[in-house]
Amino acid sequence: MQHTDRRDFLKLAGLAGVTFTAGLFPGLKASAQMAGDFHFVQISDTHWGYKGPANPDAEHTLEKAIATVNGLSNKPDFIVFTGDLTHTTEDGAERRARMKRFKEIVSALNVKDVRFMPGEHDAALDKGVAFKEFFGATHYTFDHKGVHFVALDNVSDPGAKLGDEQLAWLAADLKQRKPDDRIVVLTHRPLFDLVPSWDWTTADGAKAIDLLMPYTNVVVFYGHIHQEHHHMTGHIAHHAAKSLIFPQAAPGTQPRRPPPLPFDASLKPLGTRDVAMSSTVTMTELPVTKG
Amino acid sequence: MNRRHLIALLIGGSAAGGAVRLARAAAPGEIEIQASKFDFTPDIVKVKRGETITLVLTSIDRIHGFKMPDFGIRTDIIPDEERRVTLTPDRAGSFVFFCDVFCGDGHEEMSGTLVVDG
Repeated sequence: MQHTDRRDFLKLAGLAGVTFTAGLFPGLKASAQMAGDFHFVQISDTHWGYKGPANPDAEHTLEKAIATVNGLSNKPDFIVFTGDLTHTTEDGAERRARMKRFKEIVSALNVKDVRFMPGEHDAALDKGVAFKEFFGATHYTFDHKGVHFVALDNVSDPGAKLGDEQLAWLAADLKQRKPDDRIVVLTHRPLFDLVPSWDWTTADGAKAIDLLMPYTNVVVFYGHIHQEHHHMTGHIAHHAAKSLIFPQAAPGTQPRRPPPLPFDASLKPLGTRDVAMSSTVTMTELPVTKG
Repeated sequence: MNRRHLIALLIGGSAAGGAVRLARAAAPGEIEIQASKFDFTPDIVKVKRGETITLVLTSIDRIHGFKMPDFGIRTDIIPDEERRVTLTPDRAGSFVFFCDVFCGDGHEEMSGTLVVDG
């Protein structure tokens, strides 16, 4: 597997037609709005139910972000939540109560095509049982305006594996694609070894990347690490999203994975992301609030 | 000081605010590490470079994982079972180990450090 630093990433990304757009708000730049055949919003790591000093605003942050997304002048075609919808609890009843309340809150989104994926906080303690009750399958595909989306579950196995069965399912799905099809992969954890000593990886993620490697137009969006991050494995770009609960330290900055970063009342380290898709992929980071 | 005592004393020390605990005396070359939500005890293990050691891993509550990527080590730790991992550190330094089986709210902080002197 080839790893690339940020400078190389930008070079490769430019060659691959991937661009970044400065995250100005309110309102996306007109050029960004017009760049894509369509655009969607990625929301990640809401951790509904979290209570702690890393976010004293936790009961309101999600609602603020929803108001911001609802205020986009150019409404996204759909919204995808890339995992850790809820904060973990060992109490199954409480887990379901959190999922129920989360679902009620996000029903305020004015875009009704909403896709959900689990994170380990939602699914690892019960292997996704409660998640499926509320949100359906933990891995699936869908197609939108010529782009093939693949949502992978690397969290329901508490050992952070996709597993042979899901990998076989992925292989069978990819066999139906042409080599230059546009493919977007959605995951919670990074598929590649971002920081193995912090467990920021997927145990068998390299097998998924190997399956994707023959396809020339693949991009991966994920969450888990609570910050914007960009990485290339060969020609495949991987983009991590900010969270809506608390930021984490930059990858590998300490030997042992540190606790969440201190709360920033401005909420600037948090946010969502607009992704415009055409022949290029244009990302615009959105703040939690317009103000 | 006999070897059993020496090994017990090799376990412990403090770095990065880690808890300092002495494990009970183990057989020569063995270092016992107990996993529980959400700690390893001890979480700082000191050894010498080139010394062959066996980590004796147990859990008192639920399944945990033990992963030390720098030495290519990983195993599940299952209650009422002993998992034994033998290694001979060939380089000095501090090497992180952590639980890689999600075990609840606190899992992310469940880690420790193998300190190899010399």
